[in-house]
Amino acid sequence: MLKVRVIPTLLWKQFGLVKGVGFDSWRRVGPVLPAIKVYNQREVDELVLVDIVAHLGDEDLDFESIDEFGQDCFVPLTVGGGITRIDQVQRLLRAGADKVAVNTAAYTHPELVTEIARRHGAQCVVASIDVRAQDGGGWACFSHAGKQAAGREVVAWARELQDRGAGEILITSIERDGTMQGHDLPLIEAVARAVDIPVIASGGAGHYQHMVEAVTQAGASAVAAASMFHFTEQTPAGAKAALAAAGVPVRQAFVPDAGR
Amino acid sequence: MKVGVIDYGVGNLGSVLRALEELRVAPVLVNRAADMHAIDCLILPGAGNFADCARLLQEGGWTTALRDEVQGYSRPLLGVCVGMQLLADNSTEGTDEGQGTPGLGFIPGQVQHLRTLGCTQRVPHVGCNGITRTRADEPLFLGIPDGTDFYFVHSYAFAPQDSADVLATTDYGVPITAAVRRGHVWGTQFHPEKSSRVGFRLLKNFIEGPAC
Repeated sequence: MLKVRVIPTLLWKQFGLVKGVGFDSWRRVGPVLPAIKVYNQREVDELVLVDIVAHLGDEDLDFESIDEFGQDCFVPLTVGGGITRIDQVQRLLRAGADKVAVNTAAYTHPELVTEIARRHGAQCVVASIDVRAQDGGGWACFSHAGKQAAGREVVAWARELQDRGAGEILITSIERDGTMQGHDLPLIEAVARAVDIPVIASGGAGHYQHMVEAVTQAGASAVAAASMFHFTEQTPAGAKAALAAAGVPVRQAFVPDAGR
Repeated sequence: MKVGVIDYGVGNLGSVLRALEELRVAPVLVNRAADMHAIDCLILPGAGNFADCARLLQEGGWTTALRDEVQGYSRPLLGVCVGMQLLADNSTEGTDEGQGTPGLGFIPGQVQHLRTLGCTQRVPHVGCNGITRTRADEPLFLGIPDGTDFYFVHSYAFAPQDSADVLATTDYGVPITAAVRRGHVWGTQFHPEKSSRVGFRLLKNFIEGPAC
C-alpha cells in the first residue's frame, strides 16, 4: 500500500534557511546543509528545497550549493525556485535533485512544464501553486513568491498543469502559511478532486492533527510543513506516528530481519 | 571488486555513487561503453522517458556493448527505475500504442503505462510502498522482509512475459512489478539510492551476491 508522505519544506534565502508568515516577515532558521543532513539521518520521506529569491536576480541558479546539498541526501529531493529553462532542470538533476518544482515560470512559460515532462518524465515535475482565498469564493493564484496576481483560478490552473504534464501539485495557501492554524481544507479538497495526480498539502500545518485532516478529510497524498518542524518540538517522525494512529498508512523505519 | 555505474547521459548519478560509497565501495563511473569490460558488476540507472534513455544507450554504443557484456560474458547487471524498464523487450512510452520502443531485451516483456495495467489510483505512483517477494530465497532481498517500504516514482511499469522473472511486487490498486531477475540480470522499479538504509542493504546484497 502506498504510504502518505510527510515532507519538510526548506526555504532557502542566500546563505541560510528562513521561514515567514504569509510569505513575509522572514525569520532565520539556520544553515541549509546541517538541516538536510539531520533530515536525511532521520530518514524523512522526502525533502523540498526552495530558493525563495532565485526568481529575483539575473544570475543563474546556485547549482554549486545544490550539488553540495544533494551529496548526502539519500531521500528524494525536490528543488525549486527561479527555474525558467530546461537546461537548468538538466543541471539540477545532475546536481542531485530528483524532481524540480516550477511555480512562476509555469504562468509565463507553461510549455516549460510540458518540456520537462517530455524530457524527464511527468514524475520529475512538481507544479507548485500559491493561492489566496477570494472574497467571492474560490482561490486566486499568485506568482513570484506570492507577490503577483497570476490571473488564474486554482482549480482550472491545477487541471491545466496536469494536462501539460505535471506529475504532482504542491498547493500552498499563502494566508495559512506560517500561521500553524491548520490547512485550508476546502482548498486542498478542491484541488485533490480536480486532478488525478498526487497533491501535496502545504501552508498552515501546526499540529499533527492538521496533517491527519489534510489527508483524511481533504484527500492529500502528502503533507508538507516548515514552521511546525522549525519552531516547535514536533518532528516528521511524530507526524507519521500520529497519522498511523489515525489509520493513515505511513512508511515504517526499516528493521532488518535476522537474515543470514 | 569493481562496481561500475553506467553514465550514458541520463539523470542523477550522484546519489547512486554516494550510496555505494556509504557501503565502502569505490564505484567506477563508466562513461565509455568499452570500459565496461573491466568492471565486475554493473548498475544501469535511468530516469525520465524510456525512449530518450533507449536512444542515448543506442547512440553511445551501450546497447551492443551491454549485450556483449551481459549475455556474452555473463556480467551481473542491476537496472534501477527506467534502468530496470530498459531490460524489457520494449516500452509503449514515447510511441504510438502498439509499436513500442525497443529496450535491451534481457527479460522478455513490455513496459506499459500504469493506467493500461489497470491502475485507477493517482498516477504517477510516488512515495514509499511495501514490497512482497515472490520467493523467500532471493539473495537480492536477503535480510529485507516482506512489507518493507521502498521509494517509487514512476508512471510506467514492467510487465514481464514470464511471471517467474518477477522477484517482488508492490500493491497500487493492482500488483505492480517492483523487482525482476533473470539469471544474473536484476532490476528494481524502486530507487534503492533514495530509500535510505534499506536501499543500502539491497545494493550491498547485489554487490556481495553470488553473481558479483
